[in-house]
Amino acid sequence: MKLVIVSGTPGSGKTAVVIHTLENLVDDHDVAYLKVDCLDTEDHEIVEERLGVPAKAGLAKDMCPDHFTAYNLERAVRWAEEEGADVLFVETAGLCLRCSPYVDACLGVCVADVTLGPKSPAKVGPFLSTADVVCVNKGDLVSQAERDVFIKKITEVNPDCKVIETNGLTGTGCELLAELVEKECPEIPTDMRDVRLREKAPLCVCTLCVGETRVASDLHRGVLRRIDGFMEYRGE
Amino acid sequence: MEVKKLTVLGGRDKDGNPEPVRELELKRGTVTAVVGPTGSGKSALLRDIEVLARGDTVTGRKVLVNGELPPEDLRFNPRRRLVAHVTQTMGFLADCTVAEFLEAHVEAEGTDVDPYDVLEVANRLTGEPIHPDMHMTELSGGQSRALMVADVAVIGDRPVVLLDEIENAGIKKHEALDELTSHDKIVVVVTHDPVIALRADVRVVMRNGAMTEIIRTSRSEREAAKLLEKVDDWLLELRERVREGERIEGVEPPEVTTA
Ligand SMILES: Nc1nc2c(ncn2[C@@H]2O[C@H](COP(=O)(O)OP(=O)(O)OP(=O)(O)O)[C@@H](O)[C@H]2O)c(=O)[nH]1
Ligand SMILES: Nc1ncnc2c1ncn2[C@@H]1O[C@H](COP(=O)(O)OP(=O)(O)O)[C@@H](O)[C@H]1O
Ligand SMILES: [Mg+2]
Ligand SMILES: [Mg+2]
Ligand SMILES: [Zn+2]
Repeated sequence: MKLVIVSGTPGSGKTAVVIHTLENLVDDHDVAYLKVDCLDTEDHEIVEERLGVPAKAGLAKDMCPDHFTAYNLERAVRWAEEEGADVLFVETAGLCLRCSPYVDACLGVCVADVTLGPKSPAKVGPFLSTADVVCVNKGDLVSQAERDVFIKKITEVNPDCKVIETNGLTGTGCELLAELVEKECPEIPTDMRDVRLREKAPLCVCTLCVGETRVASDLHRGVLRRIDGFMEYRGE
Repeated sequence: MEVKKLTVLGGRDKDGNPEPVRELELKRGTVTAVVGPTGSGKSALLRDIEVLARGDTVTGRKVLVNGELPPEDLRFNPRRRLVAHVTQTMGFLADCTVAEFLEAHVEAEGTDVDPYDVLEVANRLTGEPIHPDMHMTELSGGQSRALMVADVAVIGDRPVVLLDEIENAGIKKHEALDELTSHDKIVVVVTHDPVIALRADVRVVMRNGAMTEIIRTSRSEREAAKLLEKVDDWLLELRERVREGERIEGVEPPEVTTA
């Protein structure tokens, strides 16, 4: 089975791009779709209704959505297999900008919203810099020059990615993404123990992570970073 | 890679019938107009050229570069893009001045172009002067179009420029095309405007998703184009005078005599 992991900032057009891409794949493939979000989502219902393919949602709630995705990937793959799918699309919420949801044996697709402006590629972090394919989306809302600058900024953080200009409203560009899914996406190993994340999750366990709500700085323990850049481990 | 020409190989129309025009050649320094009613597939043709289609788009067309099917890398590698596609949207999100905007684009492209050269070209194309310290968001439609055409002509080093219905008022259309061809670009322009269609070297007629005919601009059409250019300049000038609050009395149309 092929695994495609799609990430991008909220509202960048992931679901829109995925739907049009699936439209180009459903004739030749059995596809399944999983949406991972934080608190609530309707995306799986939209995909199921539009395409009639198996679709499901998982909510990370208190957990980092990328960690939640990684932890549940094996279950997701088994579910898709039970549904008889040969391609699984996982759309992630991608809210924590320090993690990346991609594993080695997947096609990592980042849907980048050009309306966020030319500074955004440098800010969004590993889900852009470790992607195989970057879909530059919503280009219909900006000028040619702005699309150009945006794409150049993407290549500065991810020099080896493939770039496709997509339009989530009309579906243009999505036929090219479908082609890359067919040609470039590896098969996921049957033993999930052989599958690894591309990017290590950052060190971020601190007292705030486990429920401390007081802000006074001397009350905190764990791996802590000060505004001046000083980093320390405080605790046992 | 040096691009000398592109060749579009015909695909199928919206009903799946073979496209009447089997081959369209696009050479450097030439302008090709695309004409046809709304929904006839003009934008789809531009899009095929942009993505260097290989039978994998709705139209089934293929695009050859220098007579050959280009390497896959040319399609997806953002550092090897051949095509600049100027679309209808002329809104800018950029919260900066014209000078800052152009500097950012020059820097991103990594060229040593002087942003003021772009501005100079833009100001030749529009009747309303653009100042470097104007804010991008305050530009008029004509100023934006002039700036974008100057931008692709001067800054981008892409050999192919696609323009989708950008002819609307406020820009010297024929000079815009002259500017692009003088930079030795392959220019393909979707248009309903006779000034542009007759200035082009050839025009492709679209119907029901297909290229149905290639019309080479005739000698008498070229003559007509020259007259239309005069009329167009005259309208642009009147437009500026009205904008300046002048009273327009006793207007004389430009002399429209054929040689
Ligand atoms: N103009 C324009 N709008 C788009 C485009 N792609 C998506 N949109 C719109 O952007 C909004 C968000 O699109 P979605 O596909 O739901 O985005 P998403 O990334 O899946 O959002 P979340 O799953 O909630 O994070 C919708 O209103 C889409 O219609 C595009 O290319 N151009
Ligand atoms: N040869 C074709 N086969 C199938 N669909 C086509 C073909 N050509 C165009 N279309 C579709 O028809 C619609 C209108 O085409 P478009 O290029 O936007 O027309 P125009 O720009 O002339 O108004 C689009 O959805 C496009 O994808
Ligand atoms: Mg979504
Ligand atoms: Mg169109
Ligand atoms: Zn995280």
